Amino acid sequence: MTTDTVAVGAPAADLPLPPKTRRNWRKARRQLAALGWGVVSIGLFAAIWEALWSFEKVNPLLLPPPHLFLQDIPGTLKFFDRSNRVGSVASGGGVGALGITMFWTTFRVFTGLALGFVSGVAVGAALHYVRWLRNLLMPTVLLLAPISPVAWLPVAIFVFGIGDVPAIFLVFITVFFTIVLSTGAQIESVPVNYIHVARIMGATQTQLFWRVILPSILPSLFMTLRLNLFGAWMVVLIAETVGVGTGLGQIISMARATFNAKLVFFTMAVIGALGFLSDWGLRQIQRRMLWWVAPNRGGV
Amino acid sequence: MPRPAVSIRNVGKTWDVEGRPPLRAIDDLSFDVAPGEFVVLLGPSGCGKSSLLYMIAGLEGVSNGVIEDDGLAISGPSPERGLIFQEASLFPWLTILDNVAFGLAIRAELPERRREKAREILRRVGLGDVLDKKPDELSGGMRQRAAFARALVMQPRVLMMDEPFAALDVQTRAKLQDFLLQIWQDSGASVLLVTHSIDEAISLADRVIVFTARPGRVKQIVPIDLPRPRPTRSPRYHEYRDYFTVLLAAEVDKAFAEQSGL
Repeated sequence: MTTDTVAVGAPAADLPLPPKTRRNWRKARRQLAALGWGVVSIGLFAAIWEALWSFEKVNPLLLPPPHLFLQDIPGTLKFFDRSNRVGSVASGGGVGALGITMFWTTFRVFTGLALGFVSGVAVGAALHYVRWLRNLLMPTVLLLAPISPVAWLPVAIFVFGIGDVPAIFLVFITVFFTIVLSTGAQIESVPVNYIHVARIMGATQTQLFWRVILPSILPSLFMTLRLNLFGAWMVVLIAETVGVGTGLGQIISMARATFNAKLVFFTMAVIGALGFLSDWGLRQIQRRMLWWVAPNRGGV
Repeated sequence: MPRPAVSIRNVGKTWDVEGRPPLRAIDDLSFDVAPGEFVVLLGPSGCGKSSLLYMIAGLEGVSNGVIEDDGLAISGPSPERGLIFQEASLFPWLTILDNVAFGLAIRAELPERRREKAREILRRVGLGDVLDKKPDELSGGMRQRAAFARALVMQPRVLMMDEPFAALDVQTRAKLQDFLLQIWQDSGASVLLVTHSIDEAISLADRVIVFTARPGRVKQIVPIDLPRPRPTRSPRYHEYRDYFTVLLAAEVDKAFAEQSGL
């Protein structure tokens, strides 16, 4: 066997270390630069706000600038509650209470997303493969899909009562129908040769689904999930305001009712940070579990 | 005379697409492929040569006639009849090693054993150093070699290829053609290769089966009696070349006339 006639190229990984170290260094510099720009961007935003305040263009009672709403954190934290109990407001909880409140809201978002994603893929695949099920359910799915999740809120409260479930249900609705519809579309677009290869190798229908169809559709479905993350954060706050009675949404609602602008902005800052962190978290999951998708393909 | 590896008897294929008149792709096609023979299917595009491969692979049914694999009518796909496409079609979520071991995993062979086999075959195709790479990280030629390895690890008796070199650049193509001859001789499998390149047909085939324009029939079967490696500068080579050019030109004209007549 004359391998030399066929060896098209040696793998780059065999090269000595320096290029890798250099690549790491370059990567670190890029990350540092990104961080720097982040600081500049947020700093500029805050600076303009502060400047408007100092020139008395904004009323600090209505639009308190960052240094005001971040100044009295212990005072602000009084309004957070340690228990996840409806109606128990302002037990003076401190940092622990803030953490607990953040946890419950985040928990509702991620539980809803996970349930919506898994059942969305399952239902979407079932509708794709079972013709009578598709004929039976598709019209209803298409009718329900465009209804805003917020419109489901009264229904959720009627059915599940006040508590965690309506909020989780609303997040679920936010992703469920989108995932159902895009699962079908994604299965359609799996390259036909992948299926041919699996069939020639003797794969059963079940093996074909788990080993070929599912891995080929997961990356774009996960992208759909990420695009709906911010929608999920919006919806959970509305649900907490109306249907749960605890969580960050409830805090905002209470702050509005008591005209506490500092608390409003403090909570908004917390929500912004959580939204950013949860997107980062999903990106990490994507990188670990869907490692074959280049990080710059299909979004950040 | 040994039993043919593949026997095609009066095979026809009609595509029935809703809302369009039925399309006769292949009509009354008959020929045999001997065990270990290298057969090239040559013809104008749209003459049904690829459809024939898909039918031999068992991915498509025949409309008339019968295709026999070692004396048995084909009823479905089998790893004994491997198929290689124009694109390597490796799974991007598996490493090269796992891609090659895919068929063995489907067959539920033990992980250690299937990795051993896949590693061995990858070394044989010259990809021993890139076992843990993703398909995206390899060049087109390397990916196509991995696709060969994926088919070969199943020890097929028939290896089918649907224009396997069409997407590659000229240098890579020439190298892979040599490489293909080598693995063909090593494995003892029969090869059925579809191409529209006359040069590819002459430099590879034991026999070239020339197809007519649609509906595809056998126009002529031409044995190539040149020693391997094929001397591309010899007068005989050029005689073959001229011969096929004339044979094909008539069919290409027909195909063209039909297409513009639509």
